[in-house]
Amino acid sequence: MPNRPQPHFPEADTKHYWDGVKAGELRYQTCDACSKVNFTPTAHCQSCGSNALSWHVSKGEGSVYTYSVVRQNRIPGFVELGAYAVAYVDLDEGFRMLTNVVGTANPTTDISIGQRVRVEYEQQDSGEYPIPVFRPI
Amino acid sequence: MTQERKAAIAGIHEFPLRVAPGVSAMQIKAASLKAALNDAGLDWKDIDGLYDAGDGEGGGGLGLAAYLGLRPRVIDTTQVGGSSYEFHAAHALRDIAAGRVNVAITTYGSTAASNRIPIGTGGRGGGQSWSANMEGPYGSTLISNYAMVKQRHMFEYGTTTEQLAEISVATRKHAMRNPEAVKAMTDLQFVKVDEITVEDVLESRIVADPLHLLECCMVSDGGGACVFVSPEVARNIKKKPVWILGTGEATKYRENGGDITTSAAAQSGPPAFAQAGVSPAEIDIAMIYDSFTITVATCLEDLGFCKKGEIGQFIGDGHLAFDKPGLTLNTDGGGLSSNHPGMRGLFLLLEATRQLRGESTSQVPGAKLAVAHGNGGLLGGTHTGGTVILAAD
Repeated sequence: MPNRPQPHFPEADTKHYWDGVKAGELRYQTCDACSKVNFTPTAHCQSCGSNALSWHVSKGEGSVYTYSVVRQNRIPGFVELGAYAVAYVDLDEGFRMLTNVVGTANPTTDISIGQRVRVEYEQQDSGEYPIPVFRPI
Repeated sequence: MTQERKAAIAGIHEFPLRVAPGVSAMQIKAASLKAALNDAGLDWKDIDGLYDAGDGEGGGGLGLAAYLGLRPRVIDTTQVGGSSYEFHAAHALRDIAAGRVNVAITTYGSTAASNRIPIGTGGRGGGQSWSANMEGPYGSTLISNYAMVKQRHMFEYGTTTEQLAEISVATRKHAMRNPEAVKAMTDLQFVKVDEITVEDVLESRIVADPLHLLECCMVSDGGGACVFVSPEVARNIKKKPVWILGTGEATKYRENGGDITTSAAAQSGPPAFAQAGVSPAEIDIAMIYDSFTITVATCLEDLGFCKKGEIGQFIGDGHLAFDKPGLTLNTDGGGLSSNHPGMRGLFLLLEATRQLRGESTSQVPGAKLAVAHGNGGLLGGTHTGGTVILAAD
């Protein structure tokens, strides 16, 4: 199994998000005051400052906004992976997250901007939290 | 033009070595400060303003003052990555104009090369924060952030690596005329210490798609210092002052639905040009933070030298090299080919000053106006932009 860095707690803003991931849910917030999507999670709305935020569960589908295939890295847990794709994915609910696109035979040729992708939860040797990554649909 | 000349750069120094084993970052800062004061004809005791990005072991606002033996009246420890020094210039202008400071300094020292710090290919540090928890699991290297900007720029505007490679080619041409840059590339064991072609860039290996090795800056040791003074002090310095006409500051970060091809420069540029009372078309020298080719490309667009998405055509029109007509870029050899110890922003101010004094190794005859634009943090992720407009005396 992969050995990615785990989230560390206590960390007040991201705990509920990661509890969701552990339960197989990709959670995000919207603001009750201004109705904007709020991501990454915070206790205040990043658009208007309101503390009235509601949690939702994303359907986990979206499009690749941009990506890069990392050919050289010195990050523990990634050095042994070979080339891997870092990406920003725009979820259909309107939030953008940094993630990886996995499951392609050759990430340098098989990933493209606008490509439809779906979340999956990759179990880790490094700890209890799986990591949400995306695979082309 | 209604240009106000309220503060000037009076003295500069760039630490000459890019591989400096056995020397500390703090020693580089102190040695550079002494040389910059000498360049200005000022003394240690003249300093009354300390600006610092917190680099160096045991440094910062407290530590550096003690280390240097200073009693500053203003201490500003703005740390916003590689553009910190453009922010320092902005704050020095503000503080000098307010009458609080007469002789302000900013210094920089780093031993990133000797310490083998993998700035570009390492990940974000560990630690326990909202950002580490959301980004740490994905192996995003520093370079991959910039690469994602290039990927999107190519997708939206049809920009090509061939076009962006001209930034590397022009910068290397300037570096080969700068003896310190040649020594840097030699000491850092560049495969080829010579001018390069577009083909060389295209054939260099990809570090993070779509960025090639020759589109990436070096990792060096280094540092330097810059002395900012009031108009009264500027009257009695050794060399001609270089005036700070206008400044702008901004930050940008991942936003839902945001445009990754537009940098913080789009916000920091307009107020800087407005305060200076000049337009991009009047600028002779552009010192733009060249961490990567794409950084220069997006910042030139955002500063208004061409429209968003038209950088490829702008480059094709013959700009960049000092002996071609049009805007001239990074005449010291830049971070790509002369000096990048991690926070290059200081060197942008230093080379702009050399050009406006007529001292560059790739001098543009009669250069009168320069822009120094620093980009700190991660283009494509959380970053800052600091714009400084400078004028010859």
